[in-house]
Amino acid sequence: VATTVPEPPPRAGSGYLDGGSSEPLHPAAREVLLDALELGYADPLRLHSSARRARLLLDNARAATAECLGVREDEVSFTSSGTEAVHRGLLGLARGRERVSRRLVHSAVEHSAVFSAARWWRQYADGAVDVLPVDHRGRVDLTPPEPAGVLAVQLANPEVGTVQPLAEVFTRAGETPVFVDACAAGARLPLPDGWSAAALSAHKWGGPSGVGVLLVRKGARWRPPFPTDDRVDPRVAGFENVPAVLAAAAALQARVAERDELNRRDAGFAAQVRACLSGVPDVEVHGDPEARLPHLVSFSSLYVDGEALVGELDRRGSAVASGSACTASALEPSHVLVAMGALTHGNVRVTFSRSTTADDVEALCAALPQVVAGLRTRSGA
Amino acid sequence: MTDVAEELDCRGLRCPLPVIRLANHLPNLPVGATIAVVTDDPAARPDIPAWCRMRGQEYAGEDRANDGVPRFLVRRLH
Repeated sequence: VATTVPEPPPRAGSGYLDGGSSEPLHPAAREVLLDALELGYADPLRLHSSARRARLLLDNARAATAECLGVREDEVSFTSSGTEAVHRGLLGLARGRERVSRRLVHSAVEHSAVFSAARWWRQYADGAVDVLPVDHRGRVDLTPPEPAGVLAVQLANPEVGTVQPLAEVFTRAGETPVFVDACAAGARLPLPDGWSAAALSAHKWGGPSGVGVLLVRKGARWRPPFPTDDRVDPRVAGFENVPAVLAAAAALQARVAERDELNRRDAGFAAQVRACLSGVPDVEVHGDPEARLPHLVSFSSLYVDGEALVGELDRRGSAVASGSACTASALEPSHVLVAMGALTHGNVRVTFSRSTTADDVEALCAALPQVVAGLRTRSGA
Repeated sequence: MTDVAEELDCRGLRCPLPVIRLANHLPNLPVGATIAVVTDDPAARPDIPAWCRMRGQEYAGEDRANDGVPRFLVRRLH
């Protein structure tokens, strides 16, 4: 079995329009990662000089991450993924409040990581779960929920890009601690104040995969939901991935510095894709038209098979994601589109990453009308 | 019980075929008549109401065929 990498990594202009699933590594992260792989191998808890060096790199990663996110260093924990940060963050708050209420409430359009944590809470911690509906734009219904142990509402939706009205959510939540899954926003939006715990994912901002960030606000009632150990950080367990977390922090710094410029560029790309879609009949564009992630366009095309659409666009050089059922990755349609009452078949999610070029967007816009029309003819619509 | 003018057997068909069948058959019915789509496609539950919204037709709810397969009702409005 070969463990070498057979091809060069994707470059700018490769037609990759799925940064919402995972972004290519930021050049700033690549440099730091290679250096830190050489220097950051030792156990940061030991007392020798190699260990002290690893510890210094780990502490630097935490300090840089805290600075970029506007939080305290002791509020930052590194996890092995965004999903792990969601599980620990949400369930830790639920545990911290279990004497008040064992009821976990989350919006209907949360990432599957929140749904799986909620199922676990019900199945193994004797908890109760309620789901808050959303409107047709995917915005959470702010009808004041019954008293709950913990409330989970995302910063922005990963499938349709709607930014949730978190300031209002925090006000309405009152005493109930709020968990915010901020993974989908990457480093594109600042995290508004008011959360008790939050989760982020480094490969959504050009850091390496396998790094999540768990934030727990100082003073929040958070208890470890899973076993911990006596290592550097009491909220997580296991040997620290020092090179990866430092590279993640380097990518985050670079992206925060580039944020406004990239957001402006992406908003222009998104407008271009929407303009192209307005010329295609029977296409529904999803999400809030105003309060939204700048780099994401999601739409459904009536009478089109989602899997065929992704395949045909791929053949023409554009890599996109789909939330439709009957695609290779899912038997059920996207729970987000279902909750919004949106059309689920023929769905495409286009997301720009740092390496997206104007040519990538133009190639997609050139292909889309023909591909949709061709697939409709083929299916007898 | 809704009076069903036509029943479309879409068992075993994957999305978007049940919705395409619905779109192709509805014009054959008089305005005001109801068509039923029998389908085990998991996308039909969201997509048939969404099609009705996009096309200005009336989604008249869901019941079950004799074999228990979901049946979605649509009334032609225009």
